[in-house]
Amino acid sequence: MFKKANRKLYALIFVLPTFAAFIIGFIYPFAKGIQLSFFKFRRLNKLTFVGLDNYKEAFQDKSFLASFWFTLMFVVVSVILINLIAFFVAYGLTIGIRGSNIFRTVFFMPNLVGGIILGYIWHQIFDAILRNFDKPSLVTNTSMGFWGLIILMCWQQAGYMMIIYIAGFQSVPGDLYEAAKIDGANRRQLLTNVTLPMMMPSITICTFLTLTNSFKLFDQNLALTAGAPYNVDKGLWTTRMMALNIYEVFYGEGSNAKGVGQAEGVIFFLIVVAISLVQLFLTRRKEVQA
Amino acid sequence: MASSVLVSATGCGKSSKKGKVYYLNFKPEQDAAWQELAAKYKDEKGVEVKVITAAEGTYEQTLATEMDKKDAPTLFQVNGPVGLAKWKDDCADMSDTEAYKNLTSSDFALKDGDKVLGIAYVIETYGLIYNKTLLQKYCDSDFATVKSIDDINSFEKLSTVANEIQANKDALGVKGAFSSPGMDSSSDWRFKTHLANLPIYFEYQADGIGDTDAIKGTYLDNYKSIWDLYITDTTCKPTELASKTGDESREEFTKGEAVFFQNGTWEYQNLKDAGLTDDDLGMLPIYVGAGDEAKQGLCTGTENYWCINEEASDADKKATKEFIDWCVTSDEGTTAMAEKMNFVIPFKGAKESSNVFVKIDQANTAAGKTPVSWNFPTMPSEEWKNGVGAALTQYAAGTGDWESVKKAFVDNWATEKSKAAK
Repeated sequence: MFKKANRKLYALIFVLPTFAAFIIGFIYPFAKGIQLSFFKFRRLNKLTFVGLDNYKEAFQDKSFLASFWFTLMFVVVSVILINLIAFFVAYGLTIGIRGSNIFRTVFFMPNLVGGIILGYIWHQIFDAILRNFDKPSLVTNTSMGFWGLIILMCWQQAGYMMIIYIAGFQSVPGDLYEAAKIDGANRRQLLTNVTLPMMMPSITICTFLTLTNSFKLFDQNLALTAGAPYNVDKGLWTTRMMALNIYEVFYGEGSNAKGVGQAEGVIFFLIVVAISLVQLFLTRRKEVQA
Repeated sequence: MASSVLVSATGCGKSSKKGKVYYLNFKPEQDAAWQELAAKYKDEKGVEVKVITAAEGTYEQTLATEMDKKDAPTLFQVNGPVGLAKWKDDCADMSDTEAYKNLTSSDFALKDGDKVLGIAYVIETYGLIYNKTLLQKYCDSDFATVKSIDDINSFEKLSTVANEIQANKDALGVKGAFSSPGMDSSSDWRFKTHLANLPIYFEYQADGIGDTDAIKGTYLDNYKSIWDLYITDTTCKPTELASKTGDESREEFTKGEAVFFQNGTWEYQNLKDAGLTDDDLGMLPIYVGAGDEAKQGLCTGTENYWCINEEASDADKKATKEFIDWCVTSDEGTTAMAEKMNFVIPFKGAKESSNVFVKIDQANTAAGKTPVSWNFPTMPSEEWKNGVGAALTQYAAGTGDWESVKKAFVDNWATEKSKAAK
């Protein structure tokens, strides 16, 4: 219908809106963000170039390092737990129990609730439970805050990952199981030698999503603990994750707080990218073709 | 995030020769009254006034975001010298305004050399609000050591009263002497900022200073005494305080479950709306056992200074100046500020406020008591307040000790002051 040259032109025209949106919504703010990390500023119209000073200060900022370790610990635990829960719930819901559609909907629903509301409601729930045992609020206890965040994230994210795993289970060809059964495989062997290898693409996606989501967690952290409790001796908010810490640094005192916050943001981005790439490389390697 | 916390605004305002006003309001309690006044001003003068109110506790973030926009606020506020240091470059000189010329005292202006960069627009008072009916009931009881409300004039008396109320709470039909000192963010400012003002005030008084880079914490034991009293003689267990909100605390007071409620003049309308009358309400100074207690008055001062955006167009600056002049000098403006907002404004043409707490403060001053000044605008940063707040919460919950509160108070003061100076 179209001549070749024309088709290229049309392709270009059709791509343009998306491309423009990508430039406006991603490339420009991203480039601007990196640019700002090299400046001292409080308002966008008054920039002073300071080279790498912001980065130097970011690496000396003990709250930045502390929040990194806390976040890392959180990521490790939550990625493992969320994926285990989602995987086994999905497994349970694909072997054909009654009402599995209802269960799927129910498990998925928490994912639709906004982070701030969720954090606030769970805060109330945890405190009510703790009160029953005469224990103080979770904002006064670091490990309680940590596990509170883990429970909240599992509850919210497991449903979404479950949907992806269910799709994965359903795409494993039935004849593979049949063949394996004829070869005398038991249930356990079916799971480890047929299901798991065939599920690797789903596992890749789910680990990637949980990993990045957990790293960048902000709303839930703000609403559940807001970083509390405060360790006076170290001068640190003990449950403050990286995103929240960057926010607090950015809006903090001092004339170049914003520049340092921006630099921490860039470092944070690099960390997330690096860790996700390593994860993608590791899990992709395990993917097989049926 | 900032855009989602903005409360509704009137109109969107096209720029015209007349100029326009965009007021970024700090006080959520007065949002409705400001919207109303802005609409009235538009009807009368034909000048667009947009009022946007930042959600509680997010003013600095909202202001920082809004100031970067093309249609930046023309009128905003800072909380005093510490806030002004941050925004100085953005503040226009206000010495030619009627508002400045009409100030009752030049102490209510923030100056930088000859320039007037901020003007206080409201004077507020806080203390221990009490339920007169319930406190009188206590005084009339057999178990009462203090037989008249007027006799409560020291920390010693106050703690006797509170302890006796607590011990006989069933007989009095209350749940506690003090309404819950909740440490949720809707309520914790009453203690990490307002109550913390007292040890700072007494230290400044003793040392004859108005600000310091290194607080000594001379009166922290007094701070502990009053905090201990609050968290012991209250409606709930200290372990529950971490998540108690400001609304819960007020409700306990308005329902008559508690006798005392630490808060200020701005709560007057809320208490009246809940059904309390002027005859039910009184306010005592917050006694902490320091200074000359017989002469101690309520805590009166301001942390609300108007500033005009230096970078606004000349027409907008002019319109903004005319708007604030109208607010504090015209009959409609002063009436609305006194009656709708319950503000005591430090301007010559001010209408008398019907606020009962304001009247008590004026009566105290007339009787020779010295108001406790507001020194919390000299607190180094939000981070400092949050640190003290968290330490108080952990102390009340039993997961932290008083040593931590001291450290958060004294050590962080120096750290945060040096950060702000950088």
